[in-house]
Amino acid sequence: MLTFVVRRLLLAVPVLLGVVFVVMLTVDLLPGDAVALMLGEHATPDAVARLRDHLGLDKPFLVRYLDYVSRVARGDLGRSIQQNRPVAAELADAWPATLELTLAALLVAAVAGIAAGVASAVWPNSFFDAVARLGSLFGLSMPIFWTGLVLIVVFSLWLNWLPVGGAGSLAHLVLPAVTLALPSVAMVSRMTRSAVLDVLREDYVRTARAKGLGEVWVLGRHTLRNAFIPILTLLGLQSGQLMGGAVLTETVFAWPGLGRLMVKAIFARDYVLLQGAVLVFALAFVVVNLLVDLSYGLLDPRVGRQG
Amino acid sequence: MSAWARFRRNRLALLGLALVVVLALSAALAPWLAPHDPARQSLIEKRATPGGKYLLGADEFGRDILSRVIYGSRVALLVGLLSAAIAVLGGLLLGTVAGFTGGWLDAVLMRGIEILLAFPYLLLALAIVAALGPGALNTTIAVGIWGVPAVTRIVRGSVLALRETEYVGAARALGAPAPALLGRHILPNIIPGLIVYATLSFLGLGVQPPTASWGLMVSTGRDVLLIAPHVATVPGLAIMVAVLAFNLVGDGLRDALDPRLRGHA
Repeated sequence: MLTFVVRRLLLAVPVLLGVVFVVMLTVDLLPGDAVALMLGEHATPDAVARLRDHLGLDKPFLVRYLDYVSRVARGDLGRSIQQNRPVAAELADAWPATLELTLAALLVAAVAGIAAGVASAVWPNSFFDAVARLGSLFGLSMPIFWTGLVLIVVFSLWLNWLPVGGAGSLAHLVLPAVTLALPSVAMVSRMTRSAVLDVLREDYVRTARAKGLGEVWVLGRHTLRNAFIPILTLLGLQSGQLMGGAVLTETVFAWPGLGRLMVKAIFARDYVLLQGAVLVFALAFVVVNLLVDLSYGLLDPRVGRQG
Repeated sequence: MSAWARFRRNRLALLGLALVVVLALSAALAPWLAPHDPARQSLIEKRATPGGKYLLGADEFGRDILSRVIYGSRVALLVGLLSAAIAVLGGLLLGTVAGFTGGWLDAVLMRGIEILLAFPYLLLALAIVAALGPGALNTTIAVGIWGVPAVTRIVRGSVLALRETEYVGAARALGAPAPALLGRHILPNIIPGLIVYATLSFLGLGVQPPTASWGLMVSTGRDVLLIAPHVATVPGLAIMVAVLAFNLVGDGLRDALDPRLRGHA
């Protein structure tokens, strides 16, 4: 098991290096001169050249790439151009907010999705099932930013129950978390429904029923535990999606997290901050994938032993 | 029972198909269907509520929202289909190469794809558009490229599976009709493509004003959200309906082509 973990962590390193490479390459291709932007409209060409030299931006790409990688390895993520603060500090301020949002959304997605999915599977083709399936189709089709805006209109504007944006209290968390979670709720409930239906068809469930075991017992002990594996895998994959969706949700709700930081960095051409933020996101993604793989190995003894 | 007959019996799928047809028609016949010029501003009538002269209301510049939504369907369909085509073609090419050659080329390609997939989904498309510059064509290319990794993985998986069966000699498995397989993969790719495109134009990177693009309309409508919510919500509704339509058709196709799965969502 330990070798498995170590191997996966090692495999993650080239992925992260690749991510940094792609980001730096893209930033290079961005139109607009970052340096000129920094100094403003009235900067002299001389000043621009000197700042460019100071930042090392005139060196060839590979040199800059290796330089950045070696600095990251030593823990130096650079200074944000916009804010003139260390990137690490900016990231440290922002990531708890994103973590909070993502975890809340994951919780909502898991609880609501699994509950709806199980109920749908236990009473297939009932009215509830039809509503749930239609609902999840809608949930999958609604773009996140639109869901957010509609929820704001309904719950903040018309009903005045919840605040429009920003962070600070639980009330502030509700709308963004629900918005972010909605597509995941849809997917999880669909997946849960099919997984539970699959298991309910299996022979050992028929046997348990034939033995006269109560329906609830059958459901709890036999069905759910085995249906859980694909559900868990999906939840793990959804975590990655949620992190991506957090970028949008944070923008719509002015939630002070990494996603919003990243979007602001892109528009301000603050490439140092952008690289740092993307790196953190990719790292989180890799870690989540690793955890999912690990738990998969733990839960399903058939899988466990392989590297 | 043929697949088409099964599809026809699925009412939701038929609804989806009808919606897609409506979308296609409104895109094709936009100049004749739209009641007003989508770019014509009328500052006196800005943010007009739905009803009367402007069936769905007017936006913050007094432009008719219904007309803009109709014209917006052109962009949406074009981008959705084109980007899906790019993603599928690219993915088909790369996936087949990876699956058939195997060895180090396969390994390199798969590592590359893992890297691309490690990006939060939006960011990759965002990065490509930022590099290419805003505009409809660039955004289409960006969304297309963004879709390539996912398609490549699927195609590669199918190719690998097919190779296995050849070794075993089970030609029956090759009976899965290739066009149906492609149809099953192109459609699911239109959906995320549409959503990503709408998102990109929401962030201001798609088609540029004054051309109508649903995502952009939602974004600019955000400014007046609290005083005139219809400006932002109506175009978003259009996005949702379009995506829903493709989802329904996709689900219907999947159920029709693979009857074993019918009991599942």
